[in-house]
Order: sequence, then C-alpha cells, then structure tokens
Amino acid sequence: MPVLKSEVVPVDSEPHVVAVRQSVRAWSQELGFSLVDQTKIVTAASELARNTIKHGGGGTLKMELLNEGIRKGLRLTFEDHGPGIPDIALAMKDGYTSGGGLGLGLGGSKRLVNDFQLESKVGQGTKVTITRWK
Amino acid sequence: MERIPILRMGDFLLVTIQVDMHDRLALALQDDLTSRISDTGARGVLIDISSLETVDSFIGRMLSNIASMSRVMDAETVVVGMQPEVAITLVELGLALPGVRTALNVERGMDLLRNSRQNNAWGRR
Repeated sequence: MPVLKSEVVPVDSEPHVVAVRQSVRAWSQELGFSLVDQTKIVTAASELARNTIKHGGGGTLKMELLNEGIRKGLRLTFEDHGPGIPDIALAMKDGYTSGGGLGLGLGGSKRLVNDFQLESKVGQGTKVTITRWK
Repeated sequence: MERIPILRMGDFLLVTIQVDMHDRLALALQDDLTSRISDTGARGVLIDISSLETVDSFIGRMLSNIASMSRVMDAETVVVGMQPEVAITLVELGLALPGVRTALNVERGMDLLRNSRQNNAWGRR
C-alpha cells in the first residue's frame, strides 16, 4: 500500500500525549477528515499514547498517510518494548484495567477507528496499529 | 506550574478550559476546585468545555471525579458547551459521563445551578 508521508515521534512522557493529539489532529486535517472523524482518531490516539507510556514504559508512534486506490487514510502505529499484554482478550474488554484507569482505552479506541490490530508478546512489548479511512 | 483559572461568581465557581490539558494539569484542576469549594463555600461549579476539541477517557474521568467530589462537598457541578463531535466520540468510546450534569451552554448551565440551589433551599425548610 503506497505511503505518501510518514513520521515517527516519541511517546515517552506525559506531555507527549498532548503532542500526539496535536500531530494527529494536523495530519487528519491535512487529509480532509470531517470534524467527527478528526475527533475520533485524535481521541483514539490519545488513549493509545497514554497506554504506551503507562503500561509500555514509553515507545514511539509512527504516523503514515496512506493512499489505497481512490481512498486515503491515516495509519498510526504505537509501539513499546514494555512487559506486553498476557491476556489480549481480557485487555480489550471494556472496564478491565491494570492501571487504575477506566479500562476504556483499548476497546474504546477500537470502536473509534476502521481498522485495529494489536500484537503483543509478554516480555517483549506491544504494537497497536489503527487506521481511519477518509 | 501552569494552572486553569477558577473564577468566583456569587455562590458559584466558573471554570473555562481553553487549553489542550495534559494529564497533570487536569489533576491539578481537580485539586484546586475542591479546595476552592471548601474555601468559598460555593454551592455550584460550572465547567465550560466549549473550547475543548478532545475529551478522552482521562479527561472524562476527571469531569466525573469533580462532579462526585463537589457533590460530597454539597456543591453541584454542571459541564457545559460540549462540542457535538466530542459528544459523538465520547459515547462511542464508551464514556457516558455518569453522574455529570450537562447543559448546552453557559446560560442554561447557570439556570440549572440556580434552580437546583432554589430547590435545595426549599427542601431544607
């Protein structure tokens, strides 16, 4: 799939959550996303960035502007080298939390995007990829 | 450290969130508001989020916490001005802000606070 543009940004500390929201907002505006679609992917990115910091001990976000046929999309890949997720099905469940939050981060962000992929290996890290198409 | 200003208007406290809050700023607001309620004896808190472009689960939780804490301290909280796209996103995220009273704009929010204050006053007689 052709990638028109890509950038990797750090997701290591709390101020990066705000930076991620701002970058994702700028890219989704560039893509011409509607206000609702912008808000959805920015919110999903905010949840995942916080997960990367709190549970993954920090990592990176790769932003990619995709072009597939006539449609364009924004793909975000959050990657960390933290402890990993032992039970992915459980972690995806609404209300389940290991970090004292509301437990809406993973399941909630899945509902806000078109594609959602989660790969995790205990002791190696976690990679979450989300895509929103225009 | 950066702080969100809290204004006092009679019996009520007004907060307008105009910046994209990082988590610590949101937590500071929670703490500041509870101490201001205690210092001023405020009966209501109005939080205007009309400039907020995103409300994620963290900010949502902060709003719920503020509502619960102020209720325990005998003050009502009303969150006003949520953007339509923020409302759509919050509900899809799975966050319906339980226990948080909302109003469309500042005017209606103030009405709500005044009315609930009057009703309470009647109830106490």
